[in-house]
Amino acid sequence: MRTSKTIEGLVEGENRMKVKQISVFLENKSGRLAQVTQVLGQQNINIRALSIADTTDFGILRLIVNDPDSAYQALKEAGFTVSTTDVIAVEVGDEPGGLARVLELLQQKSINIEYLYAFLQKAANAALVVFRVEQIDEAIDVLQKNNVNILGGNQVYTL
Amino acid sequence: MYWQEEYETMTRDKLEELQLQRLQQTLQRVYDNVPFYRQSLDEAGISPGDVKSLADLQKMPITVKKDLRDNYPFGLFAAPMEKVVRVHASSGTTGKPIVVGYTKNDINNWADLVSRAIRMTGGTNKDIVQVGFGYGLFTGGLGLHFGTEHFGATVVPISGGNTARQLMLMQDFGATILACTPSYALYLAEEIQNAGIDPQSLNLKIGIFGAEPWSERMRDQLESKLNIKAFDIYGLSEVLGPGVSAECSEKKGLHIFEDHFIAEIVDPETGKPLPYGQPGELVITSLTKEAFPIIRYNTRDISVLNVEPCGCGRTHVRMQRVTGRTDDMLIIRGVNVFPSQIESVLLEFGDAEPHYLLVVDRKGSLDNLEIWVELNERFFSDKVRALEDLENKMRARILSVLGISARIKFVEPRTIPRSEGKAKRVVDKREI
Repeated sequence: MRTSKTIEGLVEGENRMKVKQISVFLENKSGRLAQVTQVLGQQNINIRALSIADTTDFGILRLIVNDPDSAYQALKEAGFTVSTTDVIAVEVGDEPGGLARVLELLQQKSINIEYLYAFLQKAANAALVVFRVEQIDEAIDVLQKNNVNILGGNQVYTL
Repeated sequence: MYWQEEYETMTRDKLEELQLQRLQQTLQRVYDNVPFYRQSLDEAGISPGDVKSLADLQKMPITVKKDLRDNYPFGLFAAPMEKVVRVHASSGTTGKPIVVGYTKNDINNWADLVSRAIRMTGGTNKDIVQVGFGYGLFTGGLGLHFGTEHFGATVVPISGGNTARQLMLMQDFGATILACTPSYALYLAEEIQNAGIDPQSLNLKIGIFGAEPWSERMRDQLESKLNIKAFDIYGLSEVLGPGVSAECSEKKGLHIFEDHFIAEIVDPETGKPLPYGQPGELVITSLTKEAFPIIRYNTRDISVLNVEPCGCGRTHVRMQRVTGRTDDMLIIRGVNVFPSQIESVLLEFGDAEPHYLLVVDRKGSLDNLEIWVELNERFFSDKVRALEDLENKMRARILSVLGISARIKFVEPRTIPRSEGKAKRVVDKREI
């Protein structure tokens, strides 16, 4: 029993470390991004970080917002194809080699990074970077063990 | 100027006498060998022995594509397999193709009809015919091939595609006749221009084009760009393949080879036969086929019949070139495509209610098919790679099911127009 409680505790701890990202499918046509930001603005949702990946035909907008559940609902109701994905927000030392150190830790554990992007604002003396990895729990584990600061969802939403 | 003058120029009276006699034989054959037709004849109260006039044929129900599909693969064959020497197949509206068979006599008759078509264009046995129709289950390639050999001209069986090679052999072998789809011919014409080849330096003089609708405008383009005379050939595998009808030197409609077929035009709404001169659906009955006779097959092609005497001396009725269809079938690069086939592929991918649109365009001279698919949450991913993988898998599946390449384009939900009742599935931007 004690063992399983410990695991539950760990799992809970890892979950607290995850940040909910909103992804939105956008056709490559004018006005679509503006439409998304309008919907969010009307719901008083603030964008903390964003990135767009695009091909010739479509784009995928990824957002970190202060209220992911409301954002998901609002965008869905506005007719967008939306999904949520767990990502991690990592504090990277604001100095040469800061990001390299984090990447090296992940690489040592063979953790694949799908993509990453930076926050619009940064914490004191550190940049905030969003990592989307396949093995998220392992990533949290290795970063924490190496004293890399990870900002949990609640910290990020209220930045 | 004729291949089988006796048949091609026989008086209408004689022709109808021959048709009646052959119709009786055909009905007897299907009555004896094909349960599907026996039931139709019994239900219509027709005994093949008492058919006294061609009008009696109209008591038979119309055969549709679904009937052919329901009898997949050999259910409508009227000859034992030891007499069947070849099969062809065309894409059906769902996964299974429609299969047709030929006896040796069928192949010979077919070759005669293609020979008639070649002769009608002015061809002789000195000609070299480059057959750029696809070889294989599709009837175009092998149909023209056997016809050309039977006719005595030289056949270059290059099949479709591989344009650089087509041009090289056209120059080196000196093809005088080109047989392919009109859109591919137009593409070849452009490539000839791009390669800096003077069309006058080629030996080409005749084009025999078919397997897809084309227009007088395209004929003008083909004739001037390739320095040829271009002729239309019509056919469909359900009935025979190319050689059901063909254009003569008058170029005023395609003579339906009436010693082998009975053509009717029916009202698309009521299915009732219409008089000569009125447009409707072309319905064909075969009169000589042994392995796969067909009774009153609705081609869904829209045409008009003209029985006025023709300047070429042939007495066979002429059909106006096909301008459209009454079903949603598209012909893309000579391949028949039904929206329902695309739908079945999307269903395979787990889209419970696919919303899609087929956008067909002609860029230059080649048809392009884009399939717009509304991307729902089930398919959506935050990873570009995952969406591109999905696109590739869909494209590969469409290629394997339909035999044509298409571009998949994901679009946002509710962006494809919905209309009451039947959804709009096709936007055809081609101007032919």
